Amino acid sequence: MIETPVTLRNSVAQERAHSIMSSPETETLPRPAFEVSNLSIWYGEKPAVQDVTIDIPAKTITAIIGPSGCGKSTFLRCLNRMHELIPRTRIEGKVLFQGEDLYSTGSDPTIVRRRIGMVFQKSNPFPTMSIAENVVIGLKLNGVRNRKLLDERLEKSLRMAALWDEVKDDLHKPGMSLSGGQQQRLCIARAIAVEPEVLLMDEPASALDPIATMKIEELIHELVVNYTIVIVTHNMQQASRVSDRTAFFYVGRLIEFGETTQIFTQPKEKQTEDYITGRFG
Amino acid sequence: MQATSTNRIWRKVKSALASALAFTSAVLVIAPLGLVFFHLVRSGASSVNWDFFTQLPKPVGAIGGGMANAIVGSFELLGLAAMIGVPIGVLGGVYLAEYGSARANAMLRFVADVLNGVPSIIWGIVVYGLVVLRFKGFSAYAGGLALGLMMVPLIMRTTEEVLLLVPNGYREASLALGVSRWKTIVHIVMKTASKGIVTGILLALARVAGETAPLLFTAFGNRFWNHSLQEPIAALPLQIFSYAISPYDDWHRQAWAGALVLVITIFFINVLVRFLTRGRIARLT
Repeated sequence: MIETPVTLRNSVAQERAHSIMSSPETETLPRPAFEVSNLSIWYGEKPAVQDVTIDIPAKTITAIIGPSGCGKSTFLRCLNRMHELIPRTRIEGKVLFQGEDLYSTGSDPTIVRRRIGMVFQKSNPFPTMSIAENVVIGLKLNGVRNRKLLDERLEKSLRMAALWDEVKDDLHKPGMSLSGGQQQRLCIARAIAVEPEVLLMDEPASALDPIATMKIEELIHELVVNYTIVIVTHNMQQASRVSDRTAFFYVGRLIEFGETTQIFTQPKEKQTEDYITGRFG
Repeated sequence: MQATSTNRIWRKVKSALASALAFTSAVLVIAPLGLVFFHLVRSGASSVNWDFFTQLPKPVGAIGGGMANAIVGSFELLGLAAMIGVPIGVLGGVYLAEYGSARANAMLRFVADVLNGVPSIIWGIVVYGLVVLRFKGFSAYAGGLALGLMMVPLIMRTTEEVLLLVPNGYREASLALGVSRWKTIVHIVMKTASKGIVTGILLALARVAGETAPLLFTAFGNRFWNHSLQEPIAALPLQIFSYAISPYDDWHRQAWAGALVLVITIFFINVLVRFLTRGRIARLT
């Protein structure tokens, strides 16, 4: 195996990054979506994330890369309090979302997750429901009864997830009848149907073939117009293709965070360079 | 060379013996079921007729009559039992699978398993002490309560097991949509496992449908229609019991008929369960 540096093929991200940098409204820097300071997480006695401080900008794609077990998924789950489902987790530090402390005593995890949605590694459409039911279930369980609104959101979400044309005649069919890539896009449609402000993606394409992966990546590029996206991936090419910024995690620590172009061409840290050039991980 | 071929023959003999033994055991397991069913049909089929399902028992000495009140009574008792056993059992199972801490669960499971092993007559005595003595009378309520209490640990454990079969990914997906924990459990987890939960309920009903002992001191039995649930009520197993120990041949025949009807009912409940559980695992994973 020849070790070659990962080359950057992300002209779209570069262009967008450029246009954001030069646009007049960013002169006064907008508030980051997430302001994380000194965040540490333990599973029982085992530290998973240690002392991470990072500002994640709004309406951009941030990729989190790093070898298995480096805490990147755990960190992602802290951004919408999903890690709390695992018993015996402990958290220290602060996570501000648009200035609000996600972990203050008055903060309700249900409300947090309504604003900060999540897409998982393994596509998981609800097995008892049709394609249409899968998309609108989040709205229904949050009390939306208006038939017309549900139908509108159904079509809008499936269109945004680039799935509408493939399923519009089969909306009553079980969600599980779709192919793997379609199921994952159905899960993305389900997540955006409740209109969150952020989409967290935990290796959303790692179980998919290259063509399905490409479709998911294109979709991520389209979604970033409306959403802040944080994507965890172990695939460095994917990070360089889709993201504006990249954070490199190693054994629970944030080693380096910067523009994706910079991380993949001129990493400042030795560990980052070793990882992206394939020397370990 | 000689030794190896002897070895091979000896190995084949051992293998044949083992499979013959396993086959015999399997036959011994199935044989009683066949014998019971054969005997029931031979002794009871002739007395299963229209009158059996529509007539009240005749006075002592008079030939004919049926067990209509006992059949209806059994269904009433099962209905009452389900009203007590299903909600408590299902919610208990939900607690075990979704909420309880490891220590509380270990204790609850142990208690449920002990309760599952309690002889059914104990349930009758407990309800006799708690209800019959206090309200000074046998009643359908007391009978239903005794059967319902028996159903609780059965339903609790089966509900827990099928809820644990639901992959965590569905819970996470629902919670990540900003759906509350309770709604996630009811609308996602329990809906996914609904066939399994119904199966557990049906199996518990089938199990208590044939119980006689818990009814002896609670429902007591009744030779007439029951007009109020506060009064004693007839049940098929009770009627079979009192007819079987009577000295009259006609009653013996009716007891056989009652037993046949009971077994066939339970058999059909089990067939229904089979039908419901078809491909359940395939759907869940």
